[in-house]
Amino acid sequence: MSTTTERSLLTLQQRADSYLTDERTIWSWLLTTDHKRIALLYFASITAFFFLGGAAAAVMRLNLVTPEGLLVEHEMYNRLFTMHGVIMVWFFLVPAIPVTLGNFVTPLMLGARDLAFPRVNLTSWYLFIAGGVMALTGLAAGGVDTAWTFYTPLSTGYSHGWMMMVCLGIILSGYSSIATGLNFIVTIHRLRPPGMTWYRLPLFLWSLYATSVIYVLATPVLTMAMILLMFERFFHVGLFDPALGGDPVMFQHLFWFYSHPAVYIMILPGFGVVSEVITAFSRKGIFGYKFIAWSSVSIAVISFFVWGHHMFVAGTSIYSGIAFSLLSFMVSVPSAIKVFNWLATLHKGFIRFNAPMLYILGFIGLFTIGGLTGLFVASLGTDLHLHDTYFVVAHFHYIMVGAMVSAFFAGLHYWWPKITGKMYPEIWGQIAAATIFFGFNMTFAPQFILGYLGMPRRYASYDPGYQVLNVVSSLGAVVLAVAYLMPLIYLTWSLFAGKDAPSNPWEATGLEWQTQSPPRTENFAFTPVITGPPYNYPRPEQRQHV
Amino acid sequence: MIGLATASDGARETDWLLGSLVGASALVLALVMGLMFIYVIRYRHGSGLDRGSVAQKTWRIEVGWTAATLAVFFGLFIWGANLFIRINLPQDNPLTINVVGKQWMWKIEHPGGEKEINALHIPVGRNVQLLLTSEDVIHDFGLPAFRLKRDVLPGRLEAMWLHADKVGDYRVFCDQFCGTDHSAMIGTVTVMEPADYQAWLERNGASTSLVAAGQALFIRYGCAGCHQAGLSGGGGTVRAPSLNGLFGSPVPLADGTTVTADEKYIHDSILYPKLQVVASYDPVMPSFQSVIAEEDLVRIVAYIKSLDPHAFAAGDRPQ
Repeated sequence: MSTTTERSLLTLQQRADSYLTDERTIWSWLLTTDHKRIALLYFASITAFFFLGGAAAAVMRLNLVTPEGLLVEHEMYNRLFTMHGVIMVWFFLVPAIPVTLGNFVTPLMLGARDLAFPRVNLTSWYLFIAGGVMALTGLAAGGVDTAWTFYTPLSTGYSHGWMMMVCLGIILSGYSSIATGLNFIVTIHRLRPPGMTWYRLPLFLWSLYATSVIYVLATPVLTMAMILLMFERFFHVGLFDPALGGDPVMFQHLFWFYSHPAVYIMILPGFGVVSEVITAFSRKGIFGYKFIAWSSVSIAVISFFVWGHHMFVAGTSIYSGIAFSLLSFMVSVPSAIKVFNWLATLHKGFIRFNAPMLYILGFIGLFTIGGLTGLFVASLGTDLHLHDTYFVVAHFHYIMVGAMVSAFFAGLHYWWPKITGKMYPEIWGQIAAATIFFGFNMTFAPQFILGYLGMPRRYASYDPGYQVLNVVSSLGAVVLAVAYLMPLIYLTWSLFAGKDAPSNPWEATGLEWQTQSPPRTENFAFTPVITGPPYNYPRPEQRQHV
Repeated sequence: MIGLATASDGARETDWLLGSLVGASALVLALVMGLMFIYVIRYRHGSGLDRGSVAQKTWRIEVGWTAATLAVFFGLFIWGANLFIRINLPQDNPLTINVVGKQWMWKIEHPGGEKEINALHIPVGRNVQLLLTSEDVIHDFGLPAFRLKRDVLPGRLEAMWLHADKVGDYRVFCDQFCGTDHSAMIGTVTVMEPADYQAWLERNGASTSLVAAGQALFIRYGCAGCHQAGLSGGGGTVRAPSLNGLFGSPVPLADGTTVTADEKYIHDSILYPKLQVVASYDPVMPSFQSVIAEEDLVRIVAYIKSLDPHAFAAGDRPQ
């Protein structure tokens, strides 16, 4: 009893000088260079974008309950899925884990005081917000209906709406990504503490490093593609318009040269979270550290050479199809290796079922399904049938929403005590994790069948024969929407009424757990020295000796 | 709920590959989920099970499962690529039908000039070549019953091969998002007995065949001013290659390479004459891009294809 009182007293004292309470003015937040505060600014912004994009999806799913469309006309439906895609891809999925969890824990994992360039970090948030506001204005006020892929010549010559505004918004968010990526690369190179060799780096940082390399190398190509698109649209220079001597498929090459690696931008940080959480809740070292670390890097490298698989039916040559198919199969090998290693990590562990772990177990299931169905569209013969159908929609949602959002929630719950100094309500976390898994499968599993049956994606109305599966999917979306709202509610509740968190509630080994919760502004009172590998959880034999 | 019709052997092969992928995936998923469930239950925190020691040297296991994954993936890749190549190979003696996509309809034209909209009638048991192009944005001619689709691109001619072996009506979807009424750009493929197809052609007979219409256009656009075609043309001051017997023959190009003159080559040479210049000719032909509409291009290509290879050798022009 007395120890408990002591601990809470200690926590109270610490809380008095945590980064949250150090300064209290609005300007101390808006002009902060503290990576932890910037992470919270990002948390607030991407949460808003997530629910906006989700609202667009909800209206779409509701509309698809009847074959002719329940609520909106074709044009509105097309605007909705464009809005959903643009917001979710560029303003939620691409930044999500790196700018929030990555921003918060990277310096803590390194025992550093901040990222290498704190002011660049703040600038990148302002770029992100400026880009987000522009894109949102363009999407909502102008109504862009080209889908998030902006294929030419539809986007350059035929579609109305505020393309320019949306393109500029995406370009700005791209600069934000580049700045963030550069910041992480330099931080991981230069700010490691004494003794932290590359192979002692937490796997979350390996995955962030790989992600950052893609941010820096791929995003400029998107910027170019968007600028060329605007030139074509406003000055009719004839880059993509065949009537002026251009090549419409050229745009697809440029677009996917960014947008395929971007898929790995979205999922790689999730891989990192899995490695952190699965070791903490198995109380066991990671199986195959080097294989997991290098598989992140090899995914980042190979991801630059698979863009052509988006164009198997777009009039590219048979040879190009064969080459890109082979490379697409190859890029899935490192992902498979990761899954096997995580399973082997569970073996002989001491597994606890806290909410972060349940999200991770869900992640493994959803990611395995998403990854395996990727083979169906990497295989040339079957892609001819499945391309541009709901099968593809289901496949990439399993990866980018099912798996990635599960990983995001896993990380959010795992580091929530560190970030806020409060414990989330465990039982609600577990219920939400299970509901998300169930709701997600109910929403997207039927879409695999719809795709096999031939239902094309981006259809505002459809053949009545597809109705049953669409209704099931829409019901699943209701469950999923409720499930996604649950963390918003109970996490917000925990901010005010949650139990105070100790500095290391999970008894995890990472450096970030060795400072107080929430950390003080300067993170550590001392510079830690690293003497061993990460995830050095004691085995039972060793325990007996202690 | 609807099933999915199957209209060709190619579709059955695709289904077989798909089924195998489903089987392999189900096995892997069962393995992953099964192991996960066994481990999390056996090694739950509260279980008193003796864990023993954990493996320290793991590279054999890593190399093992990496190699196994690679081998399986490579096998699946070969299977899919092999099917893809066979689906795309040109077939003998095809019936060539032109498909023009525009927002938001499919315009179909048969060799005899018979036209239809959002409907395609083809004979069963015959090789059919669809030549696809678009008048505006990118569309996609998707035929779920054949497990096939192909993007329909403006300014380009793409070929797609069908061989239906079952009579019936099947769906056509536009699979590439093409604007407001994308989801209304649908149609029907009707596979008929050859005799029924003939009867259908006669009922829908056109006033002029594709070739005849193409010949008129060939003269109207001034092609005959330079190029020899059939008995006429080639009389101008500009030296231009004869088009007789061009289709299907190898064409030596100015850059030293050789191409085979297929529909795509002829179509593209009219739109982009500077791209593939015939060896020993000057690149003087003007581009007919945005001059000749895709529908007319289809006719001109059909006319050039029809030109007899044997009747008129160079310099053998009748007086």
